[in-house]
Amino acid sequence: MAVFPWHSRNRNYKAEFASCRLEAVPLEFGDYHPLKPITVTESKTKKVNRKGSTSSTSSSSSSSVVDPLSSVLDGTDPLSMFAATADPAALAAAMDSSRRKRDRDDNSVVGSDFEPWTNKRGEILARYTTTEKLSINLFMGSEKGKAGTATLAMSEKVRTRLEELDDFEEGSQKELLNLTQQDYVNRIEELNQSLKDAWASDQKVKALKIVIQCSKLLSDTSVIQFYPSKFVLITDILDTFGKLVYERIFSMCVDSRSVLPDHFSPENANDTAKETCLNWFFKIASIRELIPRFYVEASILKCNKFLSKTGISECLPRLTCMIRGIGDPLVSVYARAYLCRVGMEVAPHLKETLNKNFFDFLLTFKQIHGDTVQNQLVVQGVELPSYLPLYPPAMDWIFQCISYHAPEALLTEMMERCKKLGNNALLLNSVMSAFRAEFIATRSMDFIGMIKECDESGFPKHLLFRSLGLNLALADPPESDRLQILNEAWKVITKLKNPQDYINCAEVWVEYTCKHFTKREVNTVLADVIKHMTPDRAFEDSYPQLQLIIKKVIAHFHDFSVLFSVEKFLPFLDMFQKESVRVEVCKCIMDAFIKHQQEPTKDPVILNALLHVCKTMHDSVNALTLEDEKRMLSYLINGFIKMVSFGRDFEQQLSFYVESRSMFCNLEPVLVQLIHSVNRLAMETRKVMKGNHSRKTAAFVRACVAYCFITIPSLAGIFTRLNLYLHSGQVALANQCLSQADAFFKAAISLVPEVPKMINIDGKMRPSESFLLEFLCNFFSTLLIVPDHPEHGVLFLVRELLNVIQDYTWEDNSDEKIRIYTCVLHLLSAMSQETYLYHIDKAGYARPHTSPHLVAGMKAAVRGSHGKVDSNDSLYGGDSKFLAENNKLCETVMAQILEHLKTLAKDEALKRQSSLGLSFFNSILAHGDLRNNKLNQLSVNLWHLAQRHGCADTRTMVKTLEYIKKQSKQPDMTHLTELALRLPLQTRT
Amino acid sequence: MGTALDIKIKRANKVYHAGEVLSGVVVISSKDSVQHQGVSLTMEGTVNLQLSAKSVGVFEAFYNSVKPIQIINSTIEMVKPGKFPSGKTEIPFEFPLHLKGNKVLYETYHGVFVNIQYTLRCDMKRSLLAKDLTKTCEFIVHSAPQKGKFTPSPVDFTITPETLQNVKEGSQKSGHPCSRPSSVLPGQRQVCRVKRALLPKFLLRGHLNSTNCVITQPLTGELVVESSEAAIRSVELQLVRVETCGCAEGYARDATEIQNIQIADGDVCRGLSVPIYMVFPRLFTCPTLETTNFKVEFEVNIVVLLHPDHLITENFPLKLCRI
Repeated sequence: MAVFPWHSRNRNYKAEFASCRLEAVPLEFGDYHPLKPITVTESKTKKVNRKGSTSSTSSSSSSSVVDPLSSVLDGTDPLSMFAATADPAALAAAMDSSRRKRDRDDNSVVGSDFEPWTNKRGEILARYTTTEKLSINLFMGSEKGKAGTATLAMSEKVRTRLEELDDFEEGSQKELLNLTQQDYVNRIEELNQSLKDAWASDQKVKALKIVIQCSKLLSDTSVIQFYPSKFVLITDILDTFGKLVYERIFSMCVDSRSVLPDHFSPENANDTAKETCLNWFFKIASIRELIPRFYVEASILKCNKFLSKTGISECLPRLTCMIRGIGDPLVSVYARAYLCRVGMEVAPHLKETLNKNFFDFLLTFKQIHGDTVQNQLVVQGVELPSYLPLYPPAMDWIFQCISYHAPEALLTEMMERCKKLGNNALLLNSVMSAFRAEFIATRSMDFIGMIKECDESGFPKHLLFRSLGLNLALADPPESDRLQILNEAWKVITKLKNPQDYINCAEVWVEYTCKHFTKREVNTVLADVIKHMTPDRAFEDSYPQLQLIIKKVIAHFHDFSVLFSVEKFLPFLDMFQKESVRVEVCKCIMDAFIKHQQEPTKDPVILNALLHVCKTMHDSVNALTLEDEKRMLSYLINGFIKMVSFGRDFEQQLSFYVESRSMFCNLEPVLVQLIHSVNRLAMETRKVMKGNHSRKTAAFVRACVAYCFITIPSLAGIFTRLNLYLHSGQVALANQCLSQADAFFKAAISLVPEVPKMINIDGKMRPSESFLLEFLCNFFSTLLIVPDHPEHGVLFLVRELLNVIQDYTWEDNSDEKIRIYTCVLHLLSAMSQETYLYHIDKAGYARPHTSPHLVAGMKAAVRGSHGKVDSNDSLYGGDSKFLAENNKLCETVMAQILEHLKTLAKDEALKRQSSLGLSFFNSILAHGDLRNNKLNQLSVNLWHLAQRHGCADTRTMVKTLEYIKKQSKQPDMTHLTELALRLPLQTRT
Repeated sequence: MGTALDIKIKRANKVYHAGEVLSGVVVISSKDSVQHQGVSLTMEGTVNLQLSAKSVGVFEAFYNSVKPIQIINSTIEMVKPGKFPSGKTEIPFEFPLHLKGNKVLYETYHGVFVNIQYTLRCDMKRSLLAKDLTKTCEFIVHSAPQKGKFTPSPVDFTITPETLQNVKEGSQKSGHPCSRPSSVLPGQRQVCRVKRALLPKFLLRGHLNSTNCVITQPLTGELVVESSEAAIRSVELQLVRVETCGCAEGYARDATEIQNIQIADGDVCRGLSVPIYMVFPRLFTCPTLETTNFKVEFEVNIVVLLHPDHLITENFPLKLCRI
């Protein structure tokens, strides 16, 4: 194979830059320009015209009142519109939201400010639980076989019993005993499912039976602690049933011709629908037992809409009266809650019923303390203080429904009537939790008085204070009362003996304290909490509440110097002794710090405290920590590090980084951040010194460089290390630390062979070659300006790197190596120029760079002042020996490329051969001197090679040829005309 | 699958009055064409009387059921023998509900010993090889609104141990378990046989808005438990039908429960009125009816159950009408 000599084209970078730059064409007014606003008013036209004569280019901006991008389109941005239609999920979401909107319109009166039942549901289920055994008594079986799933968890005895029962036909009685709470919930869920199944298979009577049996369970008050949860579960079934019946009847009204509007009147419903509806009501009216009859009728209340306009407004008062027949006060109050719930859904404007329910409830209130209830409690072994808290969910709901948008007068009246009843703690609590917070807040002092008067034996007082505190967190009491309220309330709270009661109360009141008072009061409160929670390590049971307290304090103190000057804050943190919780708290603090800290800080109080916090987070990292968690922690710590600044005291800054490194050595992203910070520090120094380091700053910069040099090897990610070596090398070079820069680059070169073929990116294994290619190209750009070491040979770094590339085990079927060689060719061509494209310039001229990718960017070539590093162009001054060495290297590289092209002559590789050939051709065109015959011949050969097997893209070839012809018109390039003639275009046959 | 015969009555609720025209369609659906020997439609209205075993003895009751009284009966031939095409064929029909002579179209009523029922029957005769097809369908007759003004007749009542009649003054123990009140027959106030002295003290007050009831309107009223020593277990409304059949040996009169509606469950609040409210079930009630051969009357019992096992009943005869 013939060896082709390399001859670099001489480049005049300045001229090239000038010729490549887009010409600024002045824009006349009236010319079309896409960025010009479309709306131009007449008065402006004149003005602009006049102006246009002096500076025509400014015309477009001067009249831009309306943003053209937004004015063209009508409101919606096309990208988001497109995204919405393209993404099915987004589309569904959009439809969903519109449907929700429509739904909301349906309930025209109930706004979004009304807390829906679904919010309460979860709370109740979580709060009212039991460990006692439950039983379900059904008179007809659910689906056969299904019971088997539930039996697994049950005792042997029950299982056999169940198996017997399973054989019974419908209509038989089933009694499931000894169910745990979970079993019970499962059974109810099964019933819900079998209701849906029965409905779907057109067994309407069976569906009704299921619903009746389920609502019958609500009359059973054994295991009374579970009653509220039972209510929630069973009313879910009732809701399902109500919806099924309504939809079924609704669908009967819809025929092929018309769809019933959402707000229809009874005349629009057809006879069949009415008859079906009537049938349901007759059937339900004949249910023997009161409670099922009530619940089932209430569940299909909405269906009255099909029969008459006034149906609902007549039904609600009747159902309200019907509840009077329920003897058990707990059962009756929940029945009222259900009625209010259905009423609010179906006819929120019918307030009268709600009020009637409330007043009826007050009338029966005394029953709670009656003999029947007391006897029942004795039988079940339940104390009054644990019985009364079963009421609030239902009462709160009723109260909430009434007080929603209610006039002040009604609220006042309700309050007065509650006051009149003896032992009104229960009522008071519901009033506080349901009424508007503003209403309560303005009367805070009254409420405190009432709470104090309450009888201690019944409803626990701390719950009352908690409710009051919740209101005060939402609404502000009158200015004058604020301190007194806190004092009065805290006087009681601090006397609570049980740490659980205490913390539940205190947690709520912290918010109020933070909102209205200074750090002194907050400090007192925190101190009190510590005092209460420390004995017997009570804090161990109350981490969630303590966490909430911290969150509230942080939310109100955005100034961290104030926050940390609250003396008890750090001791408070010490209570979080369980590591996971402590880390959570630390995260909250750091999160708040990053969010709220505006200015960099060097406040020693903040630094000390936050270093402690960060250290806690860092120390929680172990081998089992998840990647995500590490990333989160690193993000938080990095946020802190970035916020620390000692201003001009660079040495202290560096020592802070040193300290940080020793503290956070387990988190790689933090170390990376530290290296970047130190590099930045070095560049800052350079900027301050305007590029001319004094003896002192030079030593400091070297310290910075040394810091990076010893930190990088401790990192694990190979590309992180490579890039940081390169970056730090650039920084060292910029700061005239030549030998250090060499060390960095050598380290990088010696690291290249270690790059594995596959690397892990976001949990997936990917080939590393493209990353390596990117890095090396970047590296070459830097190598251009690195001056040769006097004791090493010419271009020793390039040679070393070439050796490494040569020895690296490349992927079998890849051309990356050749692509790299092509890049090397570019580098060597650039090096053979008389003046290089860029140099290390004086500081302050270019901005200090923090990202490694910026360094390789454009820099103006300014020579001849202090603080710059001479590159090889000025060192060798175009010495012929140097050029010869350079060309020899080129030849070797070219030989490699050609060798590779030869191996690609096989069928499956032809396409690659073609594209590689073309890219080599382009390189020669751009960097080679084509006046050289051999090179000229080579390029013609390559052109043919690229087209030989019809693999080339014709359009690319045509474009390339056009480019050559265009280039040939330039003064020094006339020889290209001849070349162009020798390059035939292949026509496709 | 084969051929299906169905009758569709025009009105969704199937309710008709005397003098109106009953109309609808007979639907024949089949995959293949159907050969037949004619389709006829029969309208029939009958009163079935059954003697109760209690009144006349088991065997007589079984054999001696009184002959049904026919109110209305007419047959029309809808289609002459021929062939129906495959698919769905609808044949409309109309029956005027006119009565001959002085017969009355009684209201539909489903009872125990008296049954007044109206049916439409469609028969399709077929050749020997295929079975004849029959489809029956009930329709409902409501009697004409009664003339004259409806006057409500409110009733107030008070129940105390003293007002009870049927108390045994003997020495039986109190707390003896009672059977359900279905066995309670129309009498006056009564309580399970318990010594009056052993009865707990109680005072119930209340009123019914009217014992003259419009059949489409619910029975309404109020009940207040003013005081009661014993806890209340339940308060129920028992709707009772009283059917009388005339026969050769005289007549039999039987009272049976139609439905039982609980209006209070558990120990209700004292002094707070509990609503009395009961919807009259369709088909099982009709306007109070008195003819030469039979009578249908209704009553309501207010049944109070006290702890542990006392049962107190207060009876009110009702008069139902349709306006």
